[in-house]
Amino acid sequence: MEQAIFEERRDQIHRTGEGPFELACNRDSLAGAVSQRACVFCGSRVVLYPIADALHLVHGPIGCAVYTWDIRGALSSGPELHRLSFSTDLQEKDVIFGGEKKLKAALLELIERHKPKAAFVYATCIVGIIGDDVAAVCRDVAEKTGIPVIPVQSEGFKGNKREGYTAACKAMFTLTGSGDTSDISPISINILGDFNLAGEIWIIRDYFKRMGVETVANITGDGRVDDIRRAHGAALNVVQCSGATMELAKMMQDKYGIPFIRASYLGIEDMADSLYAVAEHFKDRDPGIMERAQQVVREELSVLLPQLGQYRKDLEGKKVAIYVGGAFKAFSLIKAFRHLGMKVVLVGSQTGTKEDYEELAAICDPGTVIVDDSNPLELSKFVKELDVDLFVGGVKERPIAHKLGVGFCDHNHERKEALEGFVGMLNFAREVHASATSPIWRFVPRREAMAKAEAAKKEAI
Amino acid sequence: MSDSPYVSTTNACKLCTPLGAALAFRGVEGAIPFLHGSQGCATYMRRYIISHFREPMDIASSALGEKQAVFGGGPNLKKGILNVMSKYGASVVGVATTCLTETIGDDVPRLLAEFRKEFSDLPLPEIVHVSTPSYSGTHMEGWHAAVAALASQLVQVKAEPQRRVNLMPGLVSPADLRHLKDILADFGVAATVLPDISDSMDRPALLDYEKLPAGGTTLADIRAMSGALGSIECGRADHVAESAGANLERRFGVKNLRVGIPVGIRESDAFFAALEELTDVPTPKKYQDERGRLVDAYVDGHKYVAGKRAIVYGEEDLVIAMTAFLAEIGVKPILCATGATCKNFKAQLAAVTEGLLPEPPEAREGVDFHDIAEQAADLAPDLLVGHSKGYTYAKAWNVPLMRVGFPIHDRFGGQRMRHVAYGGTQELFDRLVNVVLERKQEDSAVGYGYL
Repeated sequence: MEQAIFEERRDQIHRTGEGPFELACNRDSLAGAVSQRACVFCGSRVVLYPIADALHLVHGPIGCAVYTWDIRGALSSGPELHRLSFSTDLQEKDVIFGGEKKLKAALLELIERHKPKAAFVYATCIVGIIGDDVAAVCRDVAEKTGIPVIPVQSEGFKGNKREGYTAACKAMFTLTGSGDTSDISPISINILGDFNLAGEIWIIRDYFKRMGVETVANITGDGRVDDIRRAHGAALNVVQCSGATMELAKMMQDKYGIPFIRASYLGIEDMADSLYAVAEHFKDRDPGIMERAQQVVREELSVLLPQLGQYRKDLEGKKVAIYVGGAFKAFSLIKAFRHLGMKVVLVGSQTGTKEDYEELAAICDPGTVIVDDSNPLELSKFVKELDVDLFVGGVKERPIAHKLGVGFCDHNHERKEALEGFVGMLNFAREVHASATSPIWRFVPRREAMAKAEAAKKEAI
Repeated sequence: MSDSPYVSTTNACKLCTPLGAALAFRGVEGAIPFLHGSQGCATYMRRYIISHFREPMDIASSALGEKQAVFGGGPNLKKGILNVMSKYGASVVGVATTCLTETIGDDVPRLLAEFRKEFSDLPLPEIVHVSTPSYSGTHMEGWHAAVAALASQLVQVKAEPQRRVNLMPGLVSPADLRHLKDILADFGVAATVLPDISDSMDRPALLDYEKLPAGGTTLADIRAMSGALGSIECGRADHVAESAGANLERRFGVKNLRVGIPVGIRESDAFFAALEELTDVPTPKKYQDERGRLVDAYVDGHKYVAGKRAIVYGEEDLVIAMTAFLAEIGVKPILCATGATCKNFKAQLAAVTEGLLPEPPEAREGVDFHDIAEQAADLAPDLLVGHSKGYTYAKAWNVPLMRVGFPIHDRFGGQRMRHVAYGGTQELFDRLVNVVLERKQEDSAVGYGYL
């Protein structure tokens, strides 16, 4: 069994309660280890993707654009330019002679065709190698077209997703500070780090609205360029998915003096706490706000809790493995599973930081395996060893769980079911319940064998 | 050359070269695909392939970072191979390059020669390498280049003559492959299908998570390809300088017959004729009967589909095959489009529709969905035939999409979908007629109970 773990990766795996907690992370992935991670380009594409009225042009060979074509569930209430996949589709001769000319021509062509509010140009691996001056082309085209044309330095090999988040934040930061902020309420926020998967940001915005809070910019779910341009007029930044957008919040704090708080909209406590934290922030300016926040939570819970109880009955005691992109999401998931009576026995992420993992270790039960930048061999080993009933992850983890006869919940950017907010918690419970209690698992050979062994044991007694 | 008037690409109608190579390598027993490049490529391709097949797809990567991009990826390549050897126990490592490693100038053959020397004391796997810069060609070039690399690098000596047939099927579904293997078995010959993803990309539920999915062409069978009665290569489009079949013919005198992907009666006839030629066995009655039933079905269903106007898009070989099929049932292919460019796309479309259409269908290569859509506005199609990526257009134009090929990720069971030979064509035809009937029923104000 231990064979599944690479010697070089031993310090990226920890079992809580066994020795002092120290987990190596933020390392380059090990060659040949089949990491579940993507690249810098992926990181910036994820963050910027939902800005729906911007042109997103991938400067590189076709693959980078094609693999990110409309794969996410980020919805828009208006324009849908983000769902198209634009590429310069670099060819051999472009690689030899440079792609700047092609980039410029492609940009002019697409801006003319789509009249976007801004354009983001993503530099891919190859562009970094051939040394195209993407920034210069962008400046040139911005001048000609009169819209912001923003280079995103997202060369894939420059690190992992985290560097991509940074590149995205830098790109968005260039937009802030350029719009009119005169009509913005003093009780106002920007929502950072929510991508409106399956319409989630609409749920969250509604809660804030009911509290009397104006949302200036969605960054970036259902995002609009003009909103980001005036985002510096908001009184507070509320940051979810801190890995992705915390850096933008920090830059905005430094430059515009806008404070930020961290939030999560997943699960009951975290959702409620996020609303309360915003109310707390504004309570001096708006004395009634806490009351209204409590009212929102009360109303929602009165609908949610009775329904949740139904699911909990069947799920009590079942064991869960979590492997997600960002560690911050894992905190909320652990708490959400407690509401369902389920026990998290494995938790890992692609890109957690030292602080993330320390925090995770602190809230996990003893014996929980914590893992950074894992791979299919390790994950399948732990699923078996820890006798997991349900796995939470993304597309690449799904077949691992399914092959082992383990229920699965899709909790990544491709989800088409809203999992945030109080209503999202119900959807989450429903999905978890549907998979973990399905009768199909009894036919999966591993489960069948386990049931047989169990029966034989009982017989022996 | 591309038929697109635009510089930019919008919603590409192709995938990148290394993806095809990685998928092809998955069709060799004990093989692990290994991408020499940065981590993201392998991960994206895994995700893409998993969403179609719903099977694990482990692709190793040399996971190059900034340092390696500057100083060369050799050490990571070597270390990565050692790692997959130790953890996956792979007997074959299929190394495909990416745009990054092609451009920084990593000499993969030399690095692999060094690797074999440095670690000659270890039980080394076979390592097959293929050059797949993603700025050159499409996933189909990657696929065919990987197949050619497998044949040219693994088949080294002339094997004993055997009653075997080599089949290079092209990119068809696991269900198609199973059907083709049954046919070869019914001809009484052993078959070497290269690559064979029928098992590895459509696995049964088993006791354990397999590090490397079983199934795939065995090394021994690949080596014995030089002693076969002959080879059949499916796919009419010209891709690589020398295909696997051509390579085996040049070096070992193994007769190579090139046919289209056998979809439709005429293309299936050609496939069965090739089998008869190589094996000297007449087509078994079972398949004559299947053919007869298919003709009967064509007759029964012809009026439902007569004159329907279809846009066909996707991989060049599949587009040619589907066009052959549509033309023979009386559906009008009004635009045959592919994202690839190849020497003979238009000529082959003309060839497969000869005698069926008054003139060759309009064909465009090197195009994207924007190009296709622009033209479609005037063409007013009744039907789209292609993979899932055409869905948004089908929705926008309010016409049905008959999903075929790869990728199918907005429907279930793409890997179990049959397209080839008389049996596969039968299923396609039934589906197509039903797509048309369903639309007619839905569009009808009264919704007839009999159609």
